[in-house]
Amino acid sequence: MRLCLSEEQELIAQSVRTYFARESPVGRMRQIRDGRDATGFSRPLWKAMAGLGWPGMAVSEQFGGSGFGSSELGIIAEQCGRSLAPEPFFSTALLGASAISVGASQAQQTAILPALARGELILSLAWQESARFHPTRIATTAVSDGSGFRLHGEKRFVPDAHVADQLVVVARTMGDPDAPTGLTVFLVDARAPGVSITRTSQIDGRNSGIVRLTDVSTGGDSILGALHGGAEVLDHLLDRGSAFLASELVGISLEAFDRTLRYLKDREQFGVRIGSFQALQHRAARLFCECEMAVSVARAAHWALDHQSSDRSLIASAAKAKCCEVAAQVTNESIQMHGGIGMTDDHDIGLYLKRARVISSMLGDQYFHRARFAALSGF
Amino acid sequence: MDESIEGFRAGIRTWLEQNCPPSMRLPMGQDEVPWEGRFIETLHPDAKLWRERLASRGLVAPGWPKAYGGAELSKDEQEVLKGELRRIHARPAVVGGGIPMFGSVFLDYGSEELRERFLPLIARGQIRWATGFSEPGRGSDLAGLQTRATREGDHYLVHGQKIWTSYADVADWLFCAVRTDPNARKHEGITILLIPIDAPGMKTTRIDMISGTSHFCQVFLDGVRVPVGNRLGAEGQGWQLIRRALENEREWVAEFLADGSSIFGLAESRPLPEMAREYEGSDQAGRIRDEGIRQAVAQCELDSLCYELLSSRLEQSVTGGRVSGFATSVVKYLGAALTQKKYELMTTIHGSQGVGWEGEGFSEDELRMTRAWLRSKANSIESGTSEIQLNVIAKRILGLPESGTRS
Repeated sequence: MRLCLSEEQELIAQSVRTYFARESPVGRMRQIRDGRDATGFSRPLWKAMAGLGWPGMAVSEQFGGSGFGSSELGIIAEQCGRSLAPEPFFSTALLGASAISVGASQAQQTAILPALARGELILSLAWQESARFHPTRIATTAVSDGSGFRLHGEKRFVPDAHVADQLVVVARTMGDPDAPTGLTVFLVDARAPGVSITRTSQIDGRNSGIVRLTDVSTGGDSILGALHGGAEVLDHLLDRGSAFLASELVGISLEAFDRTLRYLKDREQFGVRIGSFQALQHRAARLFCECEMAVSVARAAHWALDHQSSDRSLIASAAKAKCCEVAAQVTNESIQMHGGIGMTDDHDIGLYLKRARVISSMLGDQYFHRARFAALSGF
Repeated sequence: MDESIEGFRAGIRTWLEQNCPPSMRLPMGQDEVPWEGRFIETLHPDAKLWRERLASRGLVAPGWPKAYGGAELSKDEQEVLKGELRRIHARPAVVGGGIPMFGSVFLDYGSEELRERFLPLIARGQIRWATGFSEPGRGSDLAGLQTRATREGDHYLVHGQKIWTSYADVADWLFCAVRTDPNARKHEGITILLIPIDAPGMKTTRIDMISGTSHFCQVFLDGVRVPVGNRLGAEGQGWQLIRRALENEREWVAEFLADGSSIFGLAESRPLPEMAREYEGSDQAGRIRDEGIRQAVAQCELDSLCYELLSSRLEQSVTGGRVSGFATSVVKYLGAALTQKKYELMTTIHGSQGVGWEGEGFSEDELRMTRAWLRSKANSIESGTSEIQLNVIAKRILGLPESGTRS
């Protein structure tokens, strides 16, 4: 298992890092947030990133993508974490692209993936329904009407919902709302009659929404994967999504830690720099050790996914669990070590705390993933 | 280059297939550990054969020059050898600090005469070393050591006391730090002397530990005469040698912790989940019945995985060289914390069966586990306390200022 970046990946990482640093300083996200921007991200920047092949990073080359894998998307995720860039990488480049790539017909892939890779199509995944993520606790129903299906239900915390063109919707075609099987994944036009989307406002200033489906009609060919067999697509999305979010959390943790370390070296109290106090040194050293573990397990998750390793789900869950835990520790400590200034909105350090919390609850928090890790390990 | 390393791998693999006795590929019991030193001859004949075969090719100390019993393997070749040994579950030929901890100190600081005298013996596991650094009352302030050595002609006369000297009672030689210049600054007046453990004036006593075993000792030096020829490095150069030896030790210990190895009595006899199922019970799906314990076991297993991944990542991140001395502080710190956490959980899982001391009512495994839990408390104290490791990380890796630094 390779846990360091390859030479090619190192080059990608360098160009991604340079680009984000130049085009997307944290102030940009702040501007979008404070201006209550209708889109919530920069379309011109998204187009420019498409010119570099990033929205289609993990889309195969035959559909106009860059043909890379989870590891390379992870490199972008880490920079999203560091820069807090609000572009729709997670919803579109990861969730949307993965769902279509793994579940859609050749014709659907041809219709969607090239446009997605060009940055012209925003996709998202409408899965979660309640406060806590639970993959099979799905009450949204899809009932056959002969030629197709009629969808009914309410989805929450759908990333980038209000700008999405297409929605990947998880609905129940069989069984009770709590049954572990009987789910089907549909591709639904976000502008179809009966779809209503409400943008919600979160602590991280980013985009997520409520999607209400009222008797939405969709064709029989809109199924991704197999009828009643959504689990296969969903497991794949859960694994890839968890690895992506783990890397974004790594980016957040490393950036918050770097900024805090700088603060410890600059800030003076009692005539000395506060970084000379052993009480703070030891806490910083512990956080550093934790970050090193987070980096390692996130890399392993991407490697396992890219190599179809049999333990990929296990490592993906380990990564999400560990990175949630570490990001919480690092961002909490960052605020504390900054003291009063860390509580002000003017200072950027609080933005990392907020973003980390939001990501931690997406696709399952550390408790969810530890339980999944245990179940996959057989205990 | 890749081709030649693959050629090397093929050669080593064939050689191991032919030369590693089948019995040396089976798991090793606590009493079968091939500790270096005089007892090594009392082991099973296969263990002796295995060691002799490896030693004849210089593979016990593979990185050393051939002249001193090594094989002059490159770092890459050593990694391959390690991997191939692991592949067939080969037992170690020799266990002890001689090669990993002191070998490079002899190579870098020893006179030609000392190297020729000691290294070939070390490479065959013939000497067991005790580390005479710590002294009573000094704690982590190693450089404050007070054992005094005064020069008298071609001898040093040594007076003083060492403590926490692991396994001094079974050692052959003491790698001893002494103060030769009481007027120099504390890091500059230290010298390393090599002293036979049974030299006249030496006395060793064991210290009873909370775990009921006693691998820690005290060593009293009362007018011990040490020939000047037994001085390693120059007079006053001792602190450099100590630092090197400690860095080596950290790396060595971290490797054991990463492997979950049994060498330190830290053997994990059985997987944690299995243990939890036995003592807590499981539901029909085979899950640990208590959800809290299940989460705690998952946390421990997950942390172990992350720790192993970090260790491999650090190893991979150096090409041709070794993991930086500072990075070993990260591994040592995390390894100790993780091992302790695991033992805490194990005793908790055992409930009241986890508090037995001896005799009836408790199985051998339970008693061993309980004592290993007590033993594990030393993980964050020995070879540099966790606080010292955190100091190293804060200052050397993170670049935080010395305490009380005016800006």
